[in-house]
Amino acid sequence: MSSQRKPRPQLIRTKLSMPCQEPADRVQNFDEVPYGYNEAEAVFEAQRCLTCKNQPCVSGCPVEVPIRDFITLVKEKKFLEAAALIKTKNSLPAVTGRVCPQESQCEAKCVMGRRHQPVAIGNLERFVADYARNHDEKVPELPDPTGKTVAIVGAGPAGLTCAGDLALMGHKVIIYEALHAPGGVLIYGIPEFRLPKGIVKYEIDFLKKIGVEIKLNYIVGSNKTVDELLDEFDAVFVGSGAGAPRFLNIPGINLVNVYSANEYLTRVNLLKGYKFPEYKTPVKRGKTVMIIGAGNVAMDSARTAKRLGAEHSIIVYRRSKKECPARQEEIHHADEEDIEFRFLTNPVRVIGDELGRVKAVECLQYELGEPDETGRAKPIPIPGSEHLVECEVVVIAVGNDPNPTIPRTTPDLELSRWGTIVTDRSTGKTSKERVYAGGDIATGAATVIAAMGAGKVAAKDIHKQIMGIKDEEAAESL
Amino acid sequence: MFTLIDRKDVTPESVWFKIDAPDVARVCKAGQFVIIRSNDKGERIPLTIADWDGNEGWITVIFQKVGASTYELSDLQKGESLRDCVGPLGIPTHVENAGNTIVIGGGLGIAIATPVARAYKQAGNHTEVIVGARKKELLFNVEEIRDFADELFICTDDGSEGRQGFVTDQLLEMIESGQQIDTVFCVGPPIMMKFVAKVTEPFNLKTIASLNTIMLDGTGMCGACRVTVGGETKFACVDGPDFDAHLVEWEETLSRLSSYKEEEKEAMEHYQKHREGCQCDEKGEKK
Ligand SMILES: Cc1cc2nc3c(=O)[nH]c(=O)nc-3n(C[C@H](O)[C@H](O)[C@H](O)COP(=O)(O)OP(=O)(O)OC[C@H]3O[C@@H](n4cnc5c(N)ncnc54)[C@H](O)[C@@H]3O)c2cc1C
Ligand SMILES: Cc1cc2nc3c(=O)[nH]c(=O)nc-3n(C[C@H](O)[C@H](O)[C@H](O)COP(=O)(O)OP(=O)(O)OC[C@H]3O[C@@H](n4cnc5c(N)ncnc54)[C@H](O)[C@@H]3O)c2cc1C
Ligand code: SF4
Ligand code: SF4
Ligand code: FES
Repeated sequence: MSSQRKPRPQLIRTKLSMPCQEPADRVQNFDEVPYGYNEAEAVFEAQRCLTCKNQPCVSGCPVEVPIRDFITLVKEKKFLEAAALIKTKNSLPAVTGRVCPQESQCEAKCVMGRRHQPVAIGNLERFVADYARNHDEKVPELPDPTGKTVAIVGAGPAGLTCAGDLALMGHKVIIYEALHAPGGVLIYGIPEFRLPKGIVKYEIDFLKKIGVEIKLNYIVGSNKTVDELLDEFDAVFVGSGAGAPRFLNIPGINLVNVYSANEYLTRVNLLKGYKFPEYKTPVKRGKTVMIIGAGNVAMDSARTAKRLGAEHSIIVYRRSKKECPARQEEIHHADEEDIEFRFLTNPVRVIGDELGRVKAVECLQYELGEPDETGRAKPIPIPGSEHLVECEVVVIAVGNDPNPTIPRTTPDLELSRWGTIVTDRSTGKTSKERVYAGGDIATGAATVIAAMGAGKVAAKDIHKQIMGIKDEEAAESL
Repeated sequence: MFTLIDRKDVTPESVWFKIDAPDVARVCKAGQFVIIRSNDKGERIPLTIADWDGNEGWITVIFQKVGASTYELSDLQKGESLRDCVGPLGIPTHVENAGNTIVIGGGLGIAIATPVARAYKQAGNHTEVIVGARKKELLFNVEEIRDFADELFICTDDGSEGRQGFVTDQLLEMIESGQQIDTVFCVGPPIMMKFVAKVTEPFNLKTIASLNTIMLDGTGMCGACRVTVGGETKFACVDGPDFDAHLVEWEETLSRLSSYKEEEKEAMEHYQKHREGCQCDEKGEKK
């Protein structure tokens, strides 16, 4: 292959993995699992980068982080400069370095990955962001206030990113958040052991430092409608996420101790149920916990169950391991933590005891048939394969629908048939004048970085709109 | 932060709070609720908005001390602040054209029944109210309700005030007397609501129950509050809290409410231990 024409003497084939807490220890606590690279390790891994002229890695990143150039700065130990460079495109690198599905994004495109293992771009991004956080990162200088105002609905990654970018352009920004803490899924969904809440808080404090105001306990659609916000603000961005849990349509789904993953994780993460009774929100600790689904949300739930003391934390999935939608790293960590996987298995009913509490789930075994429309082998039930799995807690992690509050209370907003808000992906514009949207509310459940990318795109167009900048002028100023 | 403008004990078991919450007061309607958290470690507690003034920016709630979180909440003093207060949540009670209405409040449900009954009355419906409690000392809001209701009936289990017996006894008597009744609204212990539904069902009387399910976010994000109504799963916080009482699966609702029996006991023990002059450091750990 032509890009391999200059094999360097120091070519190192394998990725440097991050040191981690031992599985047996970490299932006893909620601390972060990987420790992250130290400086020497980061420089070592950075050396693996071939500094490709056409940097294919960048095309794999939804926000086009200048990967090659920041890695070059890491090689030179210019860590703060590297962080500043990443932040020109990605305002939450400490988050994305930890939670991006790198194997299907930036690292999937890395040249090194064709023959060997790709450069550990995510690990490096994380290192650089952590370094900057611990070394007095400077608050950028703000331009003179423009006198324009923007309201943001939802303090998830989409809303936070949009707010940060607009504040840096000199606009007055207020975020309205329904919950009592900002961060969206970053704070209520993704567990502490994968994304420490201190990091999310740091990033949010940074936004406050650049003048973003966050109003918590405020529900747009109830306290004020989008239309009322439009009377006060020059533009509105909706980043209200995909927060409505789906349940399975099987008997027993409303029995006691059947949770949606949202509820289970919110009790533990947002309300610190793992510290009950010091913290007042309880969460059931079963000896056997069954999780239905195999995405990131399912892995998070299964690993959480283990940390809450479950002897058996079982993931039940209709397809095979190959089709698991979760990040590779999560599946790997789950494996290490003795999470039991039951592939080609599907629940058909939940069975309760005399008090209406879960005592078992009846499952059906599947086999793989011909590929379906999506190209994936279609699972076919095996007749007579019904069997009972005893458990005390069931967590349903089969996806979320778009949060209906804004669509329900904003009449002239065009929706798709899935209930997502229709937007122009290149601007974030909705069908309603001066209203923008992005993130999971526009795409359906997706990724943190995609939500951030949508927030960025919208910020750019909002700026143009409210400043009255025409497209030609914008093109010139680029 | 949400300042506690005033507080008082309305019965030995229940407390009245007046809270500075202008964003809620400006838009709320009868039948809606707020979710309150007293401090950083607190549970999110749903409470119905009992009264409000949009101009002055306050709301009131009345709650019964039943467990650790409501006891802890009751410890707050005038001038102190609640960490969080979000709302209005839920769909307001539908009071238009209800016709001759009977509103029933049992126990802590009296707090919720009061604003709802007032709203029925203000919407032009003939409104009669039945309140019930175990004994006289646990009744509250009685004079307030008498002021606006067309008729007020009081029931106590022990007969210490009003009629001896359950609210359902009074209701059945009214139905059997042949008086014109178009709507029955009930709120209180789920077991009471279940029996109200049982009483009205044979008469095909439209009956609304306001469900106090377990809740977490109150915005439709978690499904903790789900109930089966007419064979469909509904979220009480966004689809309710009012539902057709004849369609609610009461057994399921009752069992879901008891989900945390053991944990509630543990939380109460923890609360009592730490309240009675404990030696813990700020983190709540024993020194
Ligand atoms: C458990 C879990 C694990 C995940 N793991 C990963 C991962 O490893 N990697 C990855 O890339 N992605 C992951 N995801 C997906 C990712 O978190 C989401 O795609 C992303 O958070 C979407 O961002 P958002 O800003 O659109 O919405 P959200 O993060 O959902 O934020 C929306 C916010 O808006 C608020 N809100 C909603 N309605 C209103 C209203 N009416 N008024 C005011 N506020 C409102 C909500 O309270 C919430 O805070 C995971 C998701 C979950 C649930
Ligand atoms: C929409 C809504 C509106 C409400 N309005 C009011 C109100 O105006 N005034 C008021 O006093 N309460 C109201 N409640 C009930 C109140 O939220 C609960 O009493 C409270 O959360 C109990 O918390 P705790 O930790 O103190 O008690 P826990 O320790 O959780 O429970 C102690 C005891 O109370 C019972 N209990 C727990 N939760 C409820 C509940 N939701 N309903 C009935 N019994 C329960 C338990 O079975 C247990 O026996 C409302 C609930 C909802 C969902
Ligand atoms: S933001 Fe995500 S996809 Fe982009 S470079 Fe960083 S880790 Fe890779
Ligand atoms: S593709 Fe890989 S090797 Fe090439 S510049 Fe990007 S990270 Fe470095
Ligand atoms: S309380 Fe969470 S969905 Fe109703």
